[in-house]
Amino acid sequence: MTSAVNVAAAERWASALGGAALTAYAIKQLKDRSPAGAALAAAGTALMYRGATGHCPMYSAAGINTAHDDSETTQALAGPRGVNVEEVVTINAAPDDLYAFWRNFEILPRFMTHLVEVRQLDQCRSHWCAKAPAGRTVEWDAEIINEIPGELIGWRTLPGSDVVSAGSVRFKCATGARGTEVRVRLQYEPPAGKVGATIAWLLGHDPAHTIREDLRRFKQLVETGEIPTTNRQPRGRS
Amino acid sequence: MKALVWHGTNDVRVERVPDPTIVNPRDAIIKVTTTAICGSDLHLLNGYIPTMQAGDILGHEFMGEVVEVGKENTRLKVGDRVVVPFTIACGRCFFCERHLWSLCDNSNPNAWMAEELYGYTTSGLFGYSHLTGGYAGGQAQYVRVPFADVGPLKVPDSLTDEQVLFLSDIFPTGYMAAENCEIKSGDVIAVWGCGPVGQMAIRSAFLLGAEKVIAIDDVPERLRLAVDGGAEVIDMQEQPVFEKLKALTGGRGPDACIDAVGLEAHGATLDAYIDRVKTSAYLATDRPSALRQAIHACRKGGIVSIPGVYGGFLDKIPFGAAFQKGLTFKMGQTHMMRYMRPLLELIAGGLIDPSFVITHRLPLDQAPEAYKTFRDRKDGCIKVVLKPHGATVH
Repeated sequence: MTSAVNVAAAERWASALGGAALTAYAIKQLKDRSPAGAALAAAGTALMYRGATGHCPMYSAAGINTAHDDSETTQALAGPRGVNVEEVVTINAAPDDLYAFWRNFEILPRFMTHLVEVRQLDQCRSHWCAKAPAGRTVEWDAEIINEIPGELIGWRTLPGSDVVSAGSVRFKCATGARGTEVRVRLQYEPPAGKVGATIAWLLGHDPAHTIREDLRRFKQLVETGEIPTTNRQPRGRS
Repeated sequence: MKALVWHGTNDVRVERVPDPTIVNPRDAIIKVTTTAICGSDLHLLNGYIPTMQAGDILGHEFMGEVVEVGKENTRLKVGDRVVVPFTIACGRCFFCERHLWSLCDNSNPNAWMAEELYGYTTSGLFGYSHLTGGYAGGQAQYVRVPFADVGPLKVPDSLTDEQVLFLSDIFPTGYMAAENCEIKSGDVIAVWGCGPVGQMAIRSAFLLGAEKVIAIDDVPERLRLAVDGGAEVIDMQEQPVFEKLKALTGGRGPDACIDAVGLEAHGATLDAYIDRVKTSAYLATDRPSALRQAIHACRKGGIVSIPGVYGGFLDKIPFGAAFQKGLTFKMGQTHMMRYMRPLLELIAGGLIDPSFVITHRLPLDQAPEAYKTFRDRKDGCIKVVLKPHGATVH
């Protein structure tokens, strides 16, 4: 799945990616939302990702065979709609180590708190389970659609999933001895399109914040071996 | 266990709360043998620090005995006697690796909050609001210490609790303030505020080679203690500070100025009065009259070193004076782990005994009254130490 053609495309990021972890963010959004959000989730939310520019047809730019282009995910992600989210954090570790850590999807729930479980089905495909409203869970399958070892992982949900999404993570050496810049870029269209996003925003949801906190926990886990917390510490009466 | 709990402005109480437990693998639980009230705790009592919550356990100067360690903590063992620094540092991030311990990337669980206010987060602190992590503090019988394989310093049994307790904050803080003055032969250092940090800064300045230290305050017993430490003093109630400083420095001004007062300066000058009115009306967050005076009085090309705590937005800082005189500013929470071991050596070597600041020794049960005594500077109060388990052999 990796090729020289894809390296160039990867430099442009955007186009390169498809994603499933993204879906999880959207699910969390719904979880934090109102009953209306839950209803929309039940109705089948379309989460969308597109390239950074929003202009490139992402799959072709990522070197994906056009034979797949009639898939539900591809069609959903082909348009310029949706919300773009990009967050970056610098981690005091080597790109190869961070790539290897992330590539083991089964460990992602340790720092993506809305995920219940991820199971690796084979080298490319994985099964995801996330928390949903009212104590339910939402599950879907995802596949890696672009990968440059030590540098880039791009993924999307498989056709037939209740949710449709895509995402990517990139690992790039920071200047000097400053570690690795880890950049997650996502695009998705929340329920009811941009109106839904606006409503979500008004209700206080901030997907960039969610991703930023996931990346922060990733950094904490990698750098310190644990995630700092004050949960379960004593308090006085309030 | 018993702990000192914050309930609101001017409302702290000793209560029974659950014992702390190991949460993360690098944690340790410390049985607190001696703890202290810090001048910066008064900012919490007085309601100047945002993001406090009713139920928060205070205290960031404490020491004691290790009673439990997490499974990844191989540096401490049960029974170790340790002093715990008030800053919490992971030891492994970019900043910790450069010994900028108080700027640790990873120890504040509420990093997003600090990012909102300051752009980036700094380290977590014990018992000092949710902005710096919301960690339960050490004015308690037991405390959970995160990243306990980095901060706590083992201390020898030959030294008493009172001799080493202030390695937890005020001695390193006063020492870093003096070190930031980059003291050279013949230097005169002026210190605003003769509370415990100011006292440590005065003595540290002499240890680092200052020719003369001039201490400024208006509390007689604090000024007396400064004189004991070798300083010349200016009583700001009695004398005009700027004119007196010029007179004491041959008209040059101090080579470096230390603001050991911080955000609740209570000067009697006009600007201080305006600050009180404005902070009462929530138009400003800090009252920086000591800082203004330090900037104004500092000699050309000098250094302003700020160990006093500031939290928010300052008004009418004489930045023109700072710019035109080419001043250097050095400040920040103390990089504790840089200083604790070397300063322990100074104590063990008999060069200094930081316990000289202690005026009150009380059981934890009396902490609420002690806060008020300290706040009101009554009864000659300069520094209060508390015994959470009653008197001990140390």
